[in-house]
Amino acid sequence: MQREGSALHGFGVVTLKEIADHFSSILVVVLIGLVTASAIVVVSLGIAPIKESTAEDPFLFLRLFTRSTPLPLVGLLSFLVPLVAIGLGFDAVNGEHNRRTLSRILSQPIYRDALLFGKFAGGLFTLAVALIVLWLLVIGLGLMGLGIPPNAEEMARALVMLLVTIIYAGFWFALALLCSVVFRSAATAALVALGLWLFVTILWPLFSPALANAVTNAGDILGVLETQQAFARLSPSVLFNEVVAVVLDPSVRSTQQSMLAGLGLMLLERGAIPDAPISLLQSVLVVWPQIVGLAAGAILLFVAGYIVFQRQEVRA
Amino acid sequence: MSGNVIEAQNLTKRYNGTTVVNGISFSVAQGEIFGLLGPNGAGKTTTILMMLGLTEISDGQIRVLGHDPVREPLAVKRRVGYLPDAVGFYDNLSAAENLRYTARLMGLDRKEREERIHTSLGHVGLLDVTDKRVATFSRGMRQRLGLAEILMKEAQIAILDEPTSGLDPQATHELLAIIRGLKQVGVSVLLSSHLLDRVQSVCDRVALFNRGNIALIGTVPELGREVLGGGFRVEVEAEGQGLAERLAAVPGVQQVEPVGPGRWRLTSDHDVRPEAAAAVVGGGGRLLRLSVEEPSLEAIYTRYFQTHEGERHAA
Repeated sequence: MQREGSALHGFGVVTLKEIADHFSSILVVVLIGLVTASAIVVVSLGIAPIKESTAEDPFLFLRLFTRSTPLPLVGLLSFLVPLVAIGLGFDAVNGEHNRRTLSRILSQPIYRDALLFGKFAGGLFTLAVALIVLWLLVIGLGLMGLGIPPNAEEMARALVMLLVTIIYAGFWFALALLCSVVFRSAATAALVALGLWLFVTILWPLFSPALANAVTNAGDILGVLETQQAFARLSPSVLFNEVVAVVLDPSVRSTQQSMLAGLGLMLLERGAIPDAPISLLQSVLVVWPQIVGLAAGAILLFVAGYIVFQRQEVRA
Repeated sequence: MSGNVIEAQNLTKRYNGTTVVNGISFSVAQGEIFGLLGPNGAGKTTTILMMLGLTEISDGQIRVLGHDPVREPLAVKRRVGYLPDAVGFYDNLSAAENLRYTARLMGLDRKEREERIHTSLGHVGLLDVTDKRVATFSRGMRQRLGLAEILMKEAQIAILDEPTSGLDPQATHELLAIIRGLKQVGVSVLLSSHLLDRVQSVCDRVALFNRGNIALIGTVPELGREVLGGGFRVEVEAEGQGLAERLAAVPGVQQVEPVGPGRWRLTSDHDVRPEAAAAVVGGGGRLLRLSVEEPSLEAIYTRYFQTHEGERHAA
């Protein structure tokens, strides 16, 4: 059956309304402020040690993102970005239900699609703006603190990292949106989303070695490690960390490298010069599956929310 | 063109096997105020949501202004204004901002938008709180803001779900006045309610809902005759000799019942006030009071559900 009119009629109106709501929401402003403040602290603390290695490091600027003092900026982001995304999305749809605005809005000449798409686009735009501002602040701090400009390759790598972070934020926002569709109570939706976030970012990486040991033959060390990695990759924060580790460090040529280094082994490739930097394109190709995985996860979660929302009864 | 703006035939809604609306048929004429009455949970809101295409129809069909709300929801929603039960607005926005958002969703351009917001807020008496946040509004003001939204939409049909529930008498009075105003500008109104005396004062026709069925449909006097039987009750207060016999002789009077000294209640098949007056005066009596007892919707409703509860228990 063909529907009359565009499914996206009213999409722009909803998107603008959502963006305005987010930027005037105290919760969102506090969360974004918190992340930005901690990012500034982490980067400022990292500048002094980076300066000491100025001479020998060709990718000095990228160390801003990865140097650990006391934790790397990307680690901070992989932990805190989900929190902001959940804060933006947990009451997106059930909030309209509870305020009793949903049936009034849906009685206007728009489809439900426009409402949900608009909510997703508005949230993602807000997250993107916050992340871009944070990214520019980090670059600015780096310029002032290090006193040397980044080269084109470094800027390109930092940009890829920014894009991946936005996709990562989109994943968590889609999850929060799904929770807000499924659970009628905003508190339930928030707690379920936060519970999942704690589980996959903190508990799951701890569980995966035990699980890997249980399902593979103990004698096969490499097999155990591979299974362990496969399990760990079910967590989006693990995927995100793998991507940024490779993208922000041209000397990393495989996602297995850090795992093998942990065992005191080197990744041997025929004809490869150890520690020689690889090109950005090569780096992206190494982690392309992870990037696609994150984006696909975000899309799947959104589609699930979309299907549930389309079939949901409007009445309270 | 039949002149009907809403036509429902055999409309049915089932949720997981339970039938909520069971094959109802009704029509609403152009410019009419039509009331859907019945206890909570009788299927009124579900019927309304089916009209707007906001919930799927299990069986039967409905036409709103000639459009099918399932296939052409936008065409229907462009022309129909809806005020949900306990309507909600965005508390952090002002009255005008709330209307501006829906006006954008309707696709009005800026100039028209601002004009219509101004006129419609004026119409419902909210002009002085245009820029106040809705969080500070009373329930009655919210309902009026909801009506302003329908006015702004210039809807041909206004569907109001429990518009007066939870309002104080003054607010109810104001709201009903606005609803009558809608009728005057040619808008057809369909409203649902369980508050009967209020509804009676505005509705041209009503449909009585009971467990997903329309039990009765028609004007209030029609329903009165059907349910209460015996048609009209006229009360006469007069002084004079042999009035009871004279009144009993009036054509159409079925029964004369004394209700006090010099007061009688006549039961008749039509309004016999003129004849009764003539009978009293003609017999040399002094007529003090003459009144016809309008069948009250409350009485109809109570009687109807009493008899039908009784039948069900007996069955």
